[in-house]
Amino acid sequence: MMASDKFAAGPEAPTTDGAVVRLVELHKRFGALVVLDGLSVTLHRGETTVIIGESGSGKSVILKHIVRLLKPDRGEVYFHDLRIDNLAERRLTEVRPKFGFLFQMGALFDSMTVADNVGFPVREHTRRNRGEIREIVRQKLAMVGLDGIQGQWPADLSGGQRKRVALARAIALDPEVILYDEPTTGLDPPRADEINELIIKLKRELKVTSVVVTHDMASARKVADRILMLYEGKFIFDGTPQSIEQTNDPRVRCFVEGRCRDEVLEQLHGVSAR
Amino acid sequence: MSDWIDSPPREQGSLAWMQAMIVTIGEATVNSLESLGRFGVFGWQMVRWLLPGAVQLRTWLRSMPLFFEVGNRTLPVIAVTGTFVGLVLAVQSYDQLKAAGFEQRMGVLVTLSLVQELGPVLAGVMVAGRVGGALTAELGTMRVTEQIAALSAMGTDPIRYLVVPRFLACLLLTPLLTIFADLCGSLAGWFIAVQLKGIPSSPYWYHISESIETWDLGVGFVKSMTFGGAIGVIACYKGFHCRTGAEGVGRACTESFVVSFIVILAVDFFLGTLFSGLYRGLFGFKSLVT
Repeated sequence: MMASDKFAAGPEAPTTDGAVVRLVELHKRFGALVVLDGLSVTLHRGETTVIIGESGSGKSVILKHIVRLLKPDRGEVYFHDLRIDNLAERRLTEVRPKFGFLFQMGALFDSMTVADNVGFPVREHTRRNRGEIREIVRQKLAMVGLDGIQGQWPADLSGGQRKRVALARAIALDPEVILYDEPTTGLDPPRADEINELIIKLKRELKVTSVVVTHDMASARKVADRILMLYEGKFIFDGTPQSIEQTNDPRVRCFVEGRCRDEVLEQLHGVSAR
Repeated sequence: MSDWIDSPPREQGSLAWMQAMIVTIGEATVNSLESLGRFGVFGWQMVRWLLPGAVQLRTWLRSMPLFFEVGNRTLPVIAVTGTFVGLVLAVQSYDQLKAAGFEQRMGVLVTLSLVQELGPVLAGVMVAGRVGGALTAELGTMRVTEQIAALSAMGTDPIRYLVVPRFLACLLLTPLLTIFADLCGSLAGWFIAVQLKGIPSSPYWYHISESIETWDLGVGFVKSMTFGGAIGVIACYKGFHCRTGAEGVGRACTESFVVSFIVILAVDFFLGTLFSGLYRGLFGFKSLVT
């Protein structure tokens, strides 16, 4: 239903009216391993951009650069016109609440209840009283379909519930941008689809800009307005969910079709398998 | 390079061995300096948050559960350690003091040893073992489960939120625990001296009150506070920088205790030398038997 709404608008339709995040010539290496190699991209307002790529290719590293959890070795990161890659740590604390970050495993504080987790950013960044915070927590949990579990502890929740609570926490301050790090990893297909539907719902209702990092092609096809494929530190594909199905680049094709690359097959079997 | 290739195999072997040794030493030096630099930056960031945080009510409110945790975790083990150290000191010293005719001053020896040296060191070691390890494990787990990254991503500085209250708890609770260890040890010494060896009670306490000065209490206080602060910052640093996985957390806990233990002993030596030099310079030699 929500997915059909998205396609009614048409993924090719111009949904953007400005750049929200810009990465310019980003370089990052860990020891000898080059993870980002002069990567540049502009993320537009209201758009859901999905970044795909093999495990360990550096997709999460891009997300961490956007909120400056990591600093680039070279290059620039902009949020609107504000350059954040060289911003002082104290200034960053003012910028970061504009982002909501859904971590791969949820990263809920296990020493706090669900209500305290969701209310945490509100308590830290606003002067709202307890009653108002309680109401915000209720609203956000209702948005992810989990109103009523405020008193539970993260350890008592299923994997899908933990991610939804983490998502409620990520949207607690009504961010402009939501970053999703492998949102469907570790979930069974129906639970994964619930998360996909939530991503679409939040985009529609909160008008947020979303960046989803995933290697789940079903999820990418469903939520994306734009798909980027990261390969050896650079984007080798930038297009719509429709255009990725038609690309002839063998590296993209292998990923989209979920099959092993020929050279890897050769290494595994010793002969050309195809 | 060509000389090296042309040289006989045995010479090549020794050259290669030397080269490998130089590389190993160089890498170890660079790694140690990097770690030291990271620790320095971490400590500096903590101090920057500590100064404004110390005058904010919410820092103290956030620290209260940790004060309880540190005290609650350590009090029983401090009581046992202080008591047994007092008992051992009294038993070991009694015969020698009696032979010299100073057995009524046994309390001075026991209490002064505890107040200046053993109390702060033992309380520090117990806090490092019971609290430091637990803090490292807690923060290390938070790191590997990305809870610390989540704090940063939400615009809350993890050093302000997590490290400052833990540091304050260790800094302020260790001196109190030291005083408790001193009391337990003195009472244990009194038990041996008065109840078992028949020394009158009043001279035992009289000599203590005559010999133990505010200076001695101050030295013990400064030492224990330094140890507490060191334990807090080391434990938090190790938790924040532990490697991923259960093994990484376990290793960080061990390192946290070992480093804290070594730091306690080293700082104790330097502070002891400093304070005894200062005392001699200011007040002259102090005899415990005149």
